[in-house]
Amino acid sequence: MTSPAEKSPAEKSPAEFTAQPAVAVIGAGPAGLAAAVHAAEQGAVTVLIDSGPRLGGQYWRHQKGDLDAPDATYHDLVRRLESLVAAGRLTVRLEHHVWSVRADESGCAVAAVDRRDPGRPGELRLRAAAVVLAVGAYDRPVPFPGWDLPGVLTVGGAQALLKGSGVAVGPRVLVAGSGPFLLPVATALAASGADVLGVHEANRGSGWLRQLPAAASQPAKLREAAGYAVGLARHRIPLRTGSVVVAAHGADRLEAVTLARLDRAGKVRDGTRRRLAVDVLAIGYGFSTQSELPLQAGCALRATADGTLAVTTDRTQQTSNPRVYAAGETTGVGGAQLAVAEGTVAGSYAARAAAGHSPAAPTEPEAIEPVEPVVLVAIRTRDRLRRFAAAMHAVYPVPRFWLDTLEPDTVVCRCEEVTVAEIDAAIGNGARDARSVKLLSRAGMGWCQGRECGYATSCLTALRTGQPLDLESGAGRSVAAPIPLGLIAQADIAQADIAQADTARAHTAAPPLS
Amino acid sequence: MVVVGAGIVGAACAFYGARAGLEITVLERGAVAAGTTGAGEGNLLLSDKAAGPELQLALRSSALWSELGEELDGEAFELERKGGVVVASSADALTALRDFAAEQRALGVDSEPLDHTQLHEVEPHLSRALAGGAFYPGDLQVQPMLAAATLLAAVRGYGAVIRTGVEVTGSVLTGGRLSGVRTSAGVVSADYVVNAAGTWGGQVSARLGAEVPILPRRGFVLVTEPLPRVIRHKVYSADYVANVASDNEGLETSPVVEGTRSGTVLIGASRERVGFDRTISIPVVRQLAAQAVALFPVLAAINLMRVYAGFRPYCPDHLPVIGADPRVPGLLHACGHEGAGIGLAPATGELIAGLITGQPTSVDPKPFSPERLIGPAT
Amino acid sequence: MTAFTFDDRPIDFVEGQSVGAALINAGIYSWRVTRRAGTRRGLFCGIGVCYDCLVTVNGAPNQRACQVAAATGMAVTTQTGTGHDDLAR
Repeated sequence: MTSPAEKSPAEKSPAEFTAQPAVAVIGAGPAGLAAAVHAAEQGAVTVLIDSGPRLGGQYWRHQKGDLDAPDATYHDLVRRLESLVAAGRLTVRLEHHVWSVRADESGCAVAAVDRRDPGRPGELRLRAAAVVLAVGAYDRPVPFPGWDLPGVLTVGGAQALLKGSGVAVGPRVLVAGSGPFLLPVATALAASGADVLGVHEANRGSGWLRQLPAAASQPAKLREAAGYAVGLARHRIPLRTGSVVVAAHGADRLEAVTLARLDRAGKVRDGTRRRLAVDVLAIGYGFSTQSELPLQAGCALRATADGTLAVTTDRTQQTSNPRVYAAGETTGVGGAQLAVAEGTVAGSYAARAAAGHSPAAPTEPEAIEPVEPVVLVAIRTRDRLRRFAAAMHAVYPVPRFWLDTLEPDTVVCRCEEVTVAEIDAAIGNGARDARSVKLLSRAGMGWCQGRECGYATSCLTALRTGQPLDLESGAGRSVAAPIPLGLIAQADIAQADIAQADTARAHTAAPPLS
Repeated sequence: MVVVGAGIVGAACAFYGARAGLEITVLERGAVAAGTTGAGEGNLLLSDKAAGPELQLALRSSALWSELGEELDGEAFELERKGGVVVASSADALTALRDFAAEQRALGVDSEPLDHTQLHEVEPHLSRALAGGAFYPGDLQVQPMLAAATLLAAVRGYGAVIRTGVEVTGSVLTGGRLSGVRTSAGVVSADYVVNAAGTWGGQVSARLGAEVPILPRRGFVLVTEPLPRVIRHKVYSADYVANVASDNEGLETSPVVEGTRSGTVLIGASRERVGFDRTISIPVVRQLAAQAVALFPVLAAINLMRVYAGFRPYCPDHLPVIGADPRVPGLLHACGHEGAGIGLAPATGELIAGLITGQPTSVDPKPFSPERLIGPAT
Repeated sequence: MTAFTFDDRPIDFVEGQSVGAALINAGIYSWRVTRRAGTRRGLFCGIGVCYDCLVTVNGAPNQRACQVAAATGMAVTTQTGTGHDDLAR
């Protein structure tokens, strides 16, 4: 056991400073990879930062040299990235968790916890002329009795274990929640030997019919959906729509779940509850976007039809802050292909902005000269896929049944172990919005800072108070990743950094495009 | 009596008003304790107060908080006789601290001098580089939002009405006297209106036709990951007292560190006059972290989880405004408590109730009178 | 042979696996006891967001099992409460 003094990170790992990049891309998933490659190819000195240990983010979980699931786009981007790195035009920082992004007229300041050695964290601080936020999304859970039992995990968690570590949860797995993501995960688990007892989709298939015009314009997406259906059939996985998990049971870990059917109004139908023995429940109701860095950077957000906060961007992927661009799921969940298109546009225009081209938002992308054909193609692809994504959001709204399943002792905030009764007490004490509920009950004040319970707390608050649903007030996080006080305490260096920023940027800014 | 503002001061005014038999309506634009009350650490400090009217108010409040703890179940709002530890980094600072404490003692504020060794018995994780300090057993702490909520629940028990989401927009005058307020939800009539809008008290007073100068002084609080009881008291540097009283426009910071019941450690304190700007300043955050780590080296390895901003309502002379406004009969102010509103709330509420009902008050109201800010009525 | 210990019990892993994945592969689904209710927790989001899978690694508490790569000889121990009980004195 090390003594506290020996653990002091400040002494062991002094803050580290890189050359000043022109464009900082945060997130190395499909959107961030595309953004970094295009920004660097346009001549901007670029840094790509990700909290994970490898490129690809949550979607592309390939191991290096893994050709098992070849994805042409991924391999193309990585190949281009590697040559940009070799040419000294792009720097990649993995296992760096960005905790702060501030952007104003003078530039963007980015600070990240360097966790390459988990026992000895460091801090990376840098300034950039423009930032691309490609920070992604994570499974959105909703609380229900027993959801905090070990053995209940998110669909994305089951997927990450399988694709990232080759571990299939189980042996008996139930996949439940809502959204197209349930299907490939169930199929992959079954293919890896798990006994997948079923996929329980809360929404009904008929939603698809209303969105057929949008789906019909996307034959690739229809083929994808058909492929999942075949996969489920091959592994004999029953698909139940309008069916939900209303409770999880067990002493120290999950032993069984209670399933129920929903009526047309989305309420649990009487007499349909049944118990099913399972080892693992993989659950997810769509996604929540990582919104704290956009909010820190002052970007305007909006709520999409699937109840998710999304960064508002213009035709060039510029946010309401002219120095900040956003791409991928953070602008609204829409899948990897859309993320790559958005990243391509965002990286190209961020490079232009960094090089001193007008950051003002044009009404038409063609109004900015010159625009490479690849960017124009990406813009068209993006617009097409955005329409499809919007249609999908309408098909998979988060059902409301879970609000009826809650018991007074159901945990809502997993970190601070705040129950429904405690949230009700806060509302009884005069809290009337998500923020005051949080302050009075401590829901959302723990390690995850409300990422897991924020949606549920907002919904519960709106239901109990009759106020409109407010997702945004619970989504701001002043510190986007925990960071040891000893690291941020090096205040003098930070000031020197800011003072030198302009000079440094003058040396490193990308040359104007010819 | 209409109370504008459901922060801790409004809650205390409503509580003592209701106890004095007044019929109370509390109007709050946002939610209960959603302003400065929700951003504070919840301290009632005697240790940082020099001889003067604010110390008188604080001493009375201290007695009232103890009473409230008995009467309303102090456990419900986490009332704790936590005690304050003031530390001095140099021999000179220690001498100054000893002199300050001696002066306070003469007025009834208990303190015990702590030498280097005693300091570490009281706070084992304190830096070994400190010269010494003083322990103030009378410093209290409450959970401020729960305290406001508990007081308001008691007020409801007296039949009062608490209306949140209702914003005061103007006054209703009858024969030159306030007879009610206009709000976003219609007119609410009243014989007396108490402006307890805290940092927003200046705006409310202007809407009611008698502006008092209340301005925001921004502060940040750093919150750590949860810990066991590592820091036992409120611990702050002797420099803090000088900063509080300073008229400096620019940034001032001095380390104030304390553990909480929930396990998090709270780190302050910064003071800036920058209007209502909630933007978190990273350089200030770094400075506060550096000072806290210097005081408690153990914190270097502890994670920062979040930072929040609050606005202390201050008057130009650093005293709260408590009392009737001669320009608009029927209007009373109870705001401008700067960073001490939680501590000073009960005595403020008692004073307001006394002024309205004509009962003798236990604290001399004169130094807090609005007249000092606006000149005597003509 | 690649293995670390979990509460003194050897856990085999494959290079590149996270600590959490290796534990689940060994059939272990929980490795933390909460500080309020004392209930057991393990991996939930699996991608570093929820901090439910906190565990003590080589004496350093509050490490996310889903993010820390397993390494030979690592001493992983169940975390109780804040993980900082050693500081309370």
